[in-house]
Amino acid sequence: MNQVGVPAPLYKAREKVYPKAVVGRFRRLKWAVMGVCFAFFYLMPFVRWDRGPNTPDQAILIDLAGRRVYLFGLEFWPQEVYFVTGVMILAAILLFMVSALFGRVWCGYACPQTVWTDLFVMVERWIEGDRMARIRLDQAGWSAVKMFKKLAKHGVWLGISVASGCAFVGWYSDAPSLTLRLLHFQASSIDYGFIALLTTTTYLLGGWAREQVCTYMCPWPRIQAAMEDEHSRVVTYQAWRGEPRGKATETGIGDCVDCHACVQVCPTGIDIRDGHQLECIDCSLCVDACDAIMARLGRPTGLIAWDSFTGQKQRAAGQPAEWRPVRPRTIIYACVLLGVSAVMLIGILMRTPLSMDVLHDRNPLFVTGSGGTLRNGYTIKISNKTRRPHEFALYAEGIGGARLAIAGETDQLAGRAPKLVVRPDGQTSYHITATIPAALATSPSMPITFALIGRDGDTIRLDDHFFTPAGRAK
Amino acid sequence: MPTKIEKDSLTGTETTGHEWDGIKELNTPLPKWWLYVFYACIIFAIGYCIAYPSFPLPWGGHTTGLLNYTNRKGLEIDLKRAEIAKGPMTKRIDEASLDTIRHDPALLEFAVAGGRSAFAQNCVPCHGAGGQGAPGYPNLVDDVWLWGGSLDDIYQTIRFGVRNANPDSRQVDSMPAWGDAAKNPPQVLTASQIDDAANFVLSMNGKSVDKAAADRGSAIFADNCVACHGETASGNPDMGAPPLNAGVWLYGGDKATLVQTITHGRGGQMPAWSERLDGATVKMLAVYVHQLGGGK
Repeated sequence: MNQVGVPAPLYKAREKVYPKAVVGRFRRLKWAVMGVCFAFFYLMPFVRWDRGPNTPDQAILIDLAGRRVYLFGLEFWPQEVYFVTGVMILAAILLFMVSALFGRVWCGYACPQTVWTDLFVMVERWIEGDRMARIRLDQAGWSAVKMFKKLAKHGVWLGISVASGCAFVGWYSDAPSLTLRLLHFQASSIDYGFIALLTTTTYLLGGWAREQVCTYMCPWPRIQAAMEDEHSRVVTYQAWRGEPRGKATETGIGDCVDCHACVQVCPTGIDIRDGHQLECIDCSLCVDACDAIMARLGRPTGLIAWDSFTGQKQRAAGQPAEWRPVRPRTIIYACVLLGVSAVMLIGILMRTPLSMDVLHDRNPLFVTGSGGTLRNGYTIKISNKTRRPHEFALYAEGIGGARLAIAGETDQLAGRAPKLVVRPDGQTSYHITATIPAALATSPSMPITFALIGRDGDTIRLDDHFFTPAGRAK
Repeated sequence: MPTKIEKDSLTGTETTGHEWDGIKELNTPLPKWWLYVFYACIIFAIGYCIAYPSFPLPWGGHTTGLLNYTNRKGLEIDLKRAEIAKGPMTKRIDEASLDTIRHDPALLEFAVAGGRSAFAQNCVPCHGAGGQGAPGYPNLVDDVWLWGGSLDDIYQTIRFGVRNANPDSRQVDSMPAWGDAAKNPPQVLTASQIDDAANFVLSMNGKSVDKAAADRGSAIFADNCVACHGETASGNPDMGAPPLNAGVWLYGGDKATLVQTITHGRGGQMPAWSERLDGATVKMLAVYVHQLGGGK
């Protein structure tokens, strides 16, 4: 195989792909998924959800300025960002699992790159015609008609892109009022900036880059190989049945009539008959194309079909093809998926609207007061996710004789538990001092528990430490 | 330049010639636009170098760029903006009395935050990051105060300082050097008298001492020390005299340090911060120090 010669160029011009229109069950499924995805993306920001007065009533709202994420009845604060991590882990494992079962269906059906590209190709086909018409138009010299068609296409593309940008921004602010502001050109420069950014990326990635995003930019095609195995069902050319290729009239050859229908409809411009390959996004439009040809020829469909490598081998050997969706790989993914979901669910169910954090003063750790007293300082932060103020009495448990006070409030009545008022929908922080008689100090660090007891009896407890000079080197 | 170009038999693509455990890498050409994006980056970088400060100059400094941009200028603008944003609150602090600030939650929060920042910039070198002090530099978080621990006292001390050139500063004389004839001519204690006095001070703090010496020291204390430190040794903020029975020490409570203190005297100083900081900042500092834990 070794040859002497000049190496291939390091760069080459992109070979433009002109996907041909196709009809069939997978194409219909793809239209349906596209419809659902676009409906969700464009309409979800307009769905309302009543949360009471003075609160946003958008069902899903990522309020960056207010540092809140509203998800129907749930409201997340920045310190709960780990839920986002959980969602990411879930999404990744789900993607692994789907890949192990069905290859790259995400890439072929639901990935925004695929969905928008599909829409852009649809517009292109609508204005410039199908595959051959488009090829001819591109090869033809410039004329008024060509100019008009190109302008119309890019105009519609830009329109879609601007709409996508506006919808994107709608997820981050109140969508109905934002729409009005946008229409009156009174939205903020940040809004317009993000719309411009999303418009640019949508137009460039959907209109120009298309399949190159998948082959050159996206890491997923490289990773997916590790998720798939011989039992994963992917779009497969049944070579045992199709080869050798030939004319429909010839006898003694395979079922493939080499009509190139599968190649012409492919949105990434590959020949599926070369086997499973990196560029293939498992969109199965070639399945529809091939089935139509086979039906017309009166041959069984499924020459290109969703099949596993094992299934294909079994079919080739004349055995019934079996599919093994349940195998160690998918069991492990399912277990991880269930585990993470359970953790997330428990986490969400155990969220409390009121919570407390205690930070011990780091410098100094303790203060020796006059008359043989020891004092520790703590910053107590109380988060109130409800819409009304709360009032708590703060108690110290664990060290008898510990007196608590709000630092700086010298006019408190001695012996009274400090009263902490917490503002609604926010965090309130108090600097608290705990004082004990020095005689009680028995170890360098003594456990102490802070208890917030509310008016209506709800209690929050948190363990911390009281530091003393006892047993420390001078 | 390799002379042997190997083509992968399956794909027909050339390989790079590298092989790892039988796995070879295809030499797939990159799309042209990728190269153009790279060129565009280079052109952008050149433009950036011309527009913005980029290169150090051998004779010092750097190219300033056509836009004359500096981070320093940006920071100045940001600081000015922050100052303007703080303006109304600072003005309210400036005009309000300490008592009003203390009882207005919004003013108090602002004052504590502002005081914390001013403390970190001005006070930390002597009084420590947490106000815990150091030998010779008072601890501001405990409840023992040389010059009084009320909000007004603290404000006064910060404003005018202690024993400095400002006429309003705490101008009380330093503690005399009781064992130094050159410095304290009329009243000089002998070394053994000082030792006795130190023993007496220790005994007031529950330390085991020579009982006879402490008794002798008691008389010396009554003759010489009560004027400032008080008959019960509980101190006197008007004189800047600390209590000697609280178990809290500015210079150290061991006998050697006590003897040293009595023999050579003490007299700390502090700058008048109203000469360096604006009125609102001094107020915020007072409020901040007062709420550290020891305020009266």
